[in-house]
Amino acid sequence: MDTTTQQTTAPPAPGPAAPADKGTGRGATRPGDRIFLGLSRGSGIFVLVLMAAIASFLTYRASLAISKDEANFFTSFEWNPTGLPPEFGIAVLAFGTIVSSVIAMAIAVPISVGIALFITHYAPRRLGGLIAYVIDLLAAVPSIVYGLWGALVLVPHMDGLYGWLDDYLGWTGLFAWDGGPARSLLTVGILLALMILPIITNVSREVFRQVPRMHEEAALALGATRWEVIRMSVLPFGRSGVISASMLGLGRALGETMAVAMVLSPSFDITASLLDPGGGTFAQNIASKFNEATVMGQDALIASGMVLFVITLLVNGGARLIIARRKEYSGANA
Amino acid sequence: MAKRIDVSGLNAYYGSFLAIEDISMTVEPRSVTAFIGPSGCGKSTFLRTLNRMHEVTPGGRVDGKVMLDDENLYGAGIDPVAVRREIGMVFQRPNPFPTMSVYDNVAAGLRLNGKYKKSQLDDVVEKSLRGANLWNEVKDRLNKPGSGLSGGQQQRLCIARAIAVEPKVLLMDEPCSALDPISTLAIEDLIGELKERFTIVIVTHNMQQAARVSDRTAFFNLAAVGQPGKLIELDDTERIFSNPSVQATEDYISGRFG
Repeated sequence: MDTTTQQTTAPPAPGPAAPADKGTGRGATRPGDRIFLGLSRGSGIFVLVLMAAIASFLTYRASLAISKDEANFFTSFEWNPTGLPPEFGIAVLAFGTIVSSVIAMAIAVPISVGIALFITHYAPRRLGGLIAYVIDLLAAVPSIVYGLWGALVLVPHMDGLYGWLDDYLGWTGLFAWDGGPARSLLTVGILLALMILPIITNVSREVFRQVPRMHEEAALALGATRWEVIRMSVLPFGRSGVISASMLGLGRALGETMAVAMVLSPSFDITASLLDPGGGTFAQNIASKFNEATVMGQDALIASGMVLFVITLLVNGGARLIIARRKEYSGANA
Repeated sequence: MAKRIDVSGLNAYYGSFLAIEDISMTVEPRSVTAFIGPSGCGKSTFLRTLNRMHEVTPGGRVDGKVMLDDENLYGAGIDPVAVRREIGMVFQRPNPFPTMSVYDNVAAGLRLNGKYKKSQLDDVVEKSLRGANLWNEVKDRLNKPGSGLSGGQQQRLCIARAIAVEPKVLLMDEPCSALDPISTLAIEDLIGELKERFTIVIVTHNMQQAARVSDRTAFFNLAAVGQPGKLIELDDTERIFSNPSVQATEDYISGRFG
């Protein structure tokens, strides 16, 4: 008591550089504060260093490969980094990765939002809890198990769907089927949809659960039906959360490796139909080629990995832009 | 188009808990009726039974009769959604739709009810905002989010939203309790104007407010915590505040309890 009184009533030290320190300011003096500050600051710096290390590693090894590439790295359909001259490009991989992820999102996002709405706004509490629990279990299934199931169960059972698509949408060319095995980008997309469904559902569910009761009552009191309450209050409030959830799912779909490698029958060309075997994705290509690759081959794979890295960053940035643009309309300030 | 409300033998439950017991009263059209009483006496619950909002709370259940003119709101085959379109409600905390503009907030109820031309919507939005004494403040920012307004403006926006659909009755659940005195005064003035057109029921914790704005006042009370709330008496506001016929009312009003 004595010392603190002395400190605070002491005449101010000359100059602005010595503010009175009461232990609550930024300059921590107590050991606990100092340790915690050091730990949290260290963690913050660590993540920056880690990111820089990954980025510089990827850039360095990738630049080694790309500088020797005789084909156009972005448009070539070849993958022959050990040839003379080395020729390789990521066109097929970028196409396969994006197409399979888009299929996965197109299937998974509506279903996930539907499940999340059912759990939070339609189902009796017990049933909702049960469904949420099962979804949590789905999220815990390792991707290799999804891959096994996809290869052994999903692929042999796709004939019905493929035949139907060929009958009704075959004329578009996109869904033409020649009766071959269903180891195609479409099957990969469907499997990825199942894999990303739990994460999108779980995050959306949490967001929908946080819709303030008073927003829902505002709609109810105007004479809104349950669906109209969801449209007027729940979905607008949950919008940015659903976008974030979808981006988490998309990130997983873009980077999924084993399940894709086990289902897809890869080839270095782009097929006209989504139902034909062939194509490839970044992660699948790296996984299947890395073990037997020479140093040059590894560098080429790393270059493709860097493209995947950049695509993921762009997707995340785009999502943030969408969320930020609607910020003033978000429910956050209410 | 204001209508009379006639309640008889109404009980409301939360699960198995009886929250309000055997309430019968009449609310006159084109007048303001205030509900006062200590916290937990069920006045908000009772208000919410009048537009069938009580039953949206989990476990909420009502028996008894609420007649709107000659239609029983709890009769067989009555759609609660249709009831809520006829009886507007304003809540304790201003709750404009945060993702909608000022304009869309006011138009929200109309859009639920069907298709309107843009020019019709424009007319109704302006009329409702004028009716809520908000038009001059927001006419230049109709396309800005409603959640960007001040608290008092938001509450008047909610009133505009409620009256845009021309309800028969307007229910207000402590509409000023989250507002500063100036905004409160604005809302009270507005209530005085709105009663020319609507039947208004207002729940308030502020007895001066009840005395200022209402024509009739109902006093609710409960015997003890855990007991159901009951209507003690309903009379002209002047009489309730000068010479109530029940001792409990006088005790409450003079601040001897509650």
